[in-house]
Amino acid sequence: MDLSELRELIRIFERAAVTELEYETEGSKVRLRKELTSAGVPGVVVERGPGAPSDESGTPEEEVFPPDQPIIPAPMVGVFYQSPAPDARPFVQPGDFIEEGQTVCIIEAMKLMNEVRSPLSGKLVSVLVENGEPVEFGQPLFVLESG
Amino acid sequence: MGIRSVAVHSEADFESLHVQYADADICIGPAPSSESYLHIPSIISAAEIADVEAIHPGYGFLSENAHFAEICRSCNIAFIGPSIEVIQLAGNKAEARRMMRKAGIPVVPGSDNTVSTSEEALDVAHQVGYPVMIKAALGGGGRGMRIAHNDVSLVSAFMTAQTEAEAAFGDTSIYVEKCLENARHIEFQVLGDRSGNMVHLGERECTIQRRYQKLIEESPSLVLSARQRKVMGEAAIEAARAVEYDSAGTIEFLLDRTGTFYFLELNSRIQVEHPVTEMVTGIDIVKEQIRLAAGERLGYTQRDVSINGWAIECRVFAEDPYNDFRPSPGRITQFNPPGGPGIRVDTHIYEGYTVPDYYDSMLAKVVAWGRGRSEAMARAERAMEETVLEGVSNTVQLNLRVLQHEKFQRGEIDTGFLKEFMSSE
Repeated sequence: MDLSELRELIRIFERAAVTELEYETEGSKVRLRKELTSAGVPGVVVERGPGAPSDESGTPEEEVFPPDQPIIPAPMVGVFYQSPAPDARPFVQPGDFIEEGQTVCIIEAMKLMNEVRSPLSGKLVSVLVENGEPVEFGQPLFVLESG
Repeated sequence: MGIRSVAVHSEADFESLHVQYADADICIGPAPSSESYLHIPSIISAAEIADVEAIHPGYGFLSENAHFAEICRSCNIAFIGPSIEVIQLAGNKAEARRMMRKAGIPVVPGSDNTVSTSEEALDVAHQVGYPVMIKAALGGGGRGMRIAHNDVSLVSAFMTAQTEAEAAFGDTSIYVEKCLENARHIEFQVLGDRSGNMVHLGERECTIQRRYQKLIEESPSLVLSARQRKVMGEAAIEAARAVEYDSAGTIEFLLDRTGTFYFLELNSRIQVEHPVTEMVTGIDIVKEQIRLAAGERLGYTQRDVSINGWAIECRVFAEDPYNDFRPSPGRITQFNPPGGPGIRVDTHIYEGYTVPDYYDSMLAKVVAWGRGRSEAMARAERAMEETVLEGVSNTVQLNLRVLQHEKFQRGEIDTGFLKEFMSSE
């Protein structure tokens, strides 16, 4: 199961009236669970079983995406690029402090490269999409540190 | 047809049925249409990332936008519809009239082309006689139209129409037509391929209208004799040939009380009421559109088209007919669509769905087919009676009352009917 399939599964799960879902496909198994996180708000817990691309040790991984953690969403539909040019350094990397208005990525739409400026300030925790990946309007791109 | 589909939608339409039915879906923007459904870069961007071969523009939004069709072509995406030239022509109602007149098709009496001053408009009105319609050249489908009964109202209507046209269409071109009061709106569906083969699929009677918006449509029309149908059908084909039409299109006519018909408009998109034609001919018009856009030949002639039985379509709107049709968005708490023999329901709603307040208020089209008009009417009535729709005000009851009205039953309807009916309610 690749990242975009997993994202789609999470999206469906978030909206469904089920609290737990287990999905198995050749070589990988994912269990999704809705529970309160340490911040006291409902979040989606993802456990990935063996066979998941980022898991080499064979032990389940947990990633939690609490809905109130500040995110930078895609302001348009297009292709996501993390750097101003193919070989250049990414605009931002996890650990960087992002200022409001700072360019964080490029989204290409109809052959036009649109610079995406951050609507918020904060420390970048993770990048949710891969370079060259198509994104839709509103799709979460970056997660910033809460608080 | 084995073709995969991608549904594009705004943030307000995540829950829409078409999004759930499609093989893939892409959110293209926020709720306001100008930032999503009308935003060409977003549509094209989505088309590119999904790597589609064609786009079906539906009706409304960008379906009659020649600029959009041109961009599709330059991006190597097939626009399911006619050529750019035809879209442009169909979009300029004054220009379309001029071409039809040139081709020998009778048009509604009025200005030769556009009128630039109120004096010119007055001249035309005096020639054809009041009342007249002041219409925006880039309008159509009921938008950008005003009626004038005398010189005074014509001058003010002309001024307002120009301002409205500028705001709505970015163009002040106006033309004048005689207002054929109490006429019948009869339109013919045509299908044409790129090799010039063309057929018509019979007529649709769309006379039950409110503020130029159709409510109930049927096929065939009670008022056309076999001879009239033949003559008008041939005129529709002539009209389509005059503009070298390809794909599916509709030629709209007005039929006056003497039985004389006049060209009104050419529509280059699929019409909302196309299901009634599909039910009586057995031809899937959207499927034909897709085939024709892929370059396929029509594959049949007029002789192969036959009209069987009768179909009546009732549009259901989320509007309160007893409060001046005020739109009524909200959550649908109960929905039981009708079914049974001869009933077809086209809808994007379901129980639990929230009707957004950003878009058109149409909820569903309920189409009834019967072997004759009485059976179709009986089934349509039954369908409206069986429909359970709670949570939003709607026009189901209104449709039922119109269907049961003796004038409708006898087919004695004209474009003034619904207005009269509402005022007597």
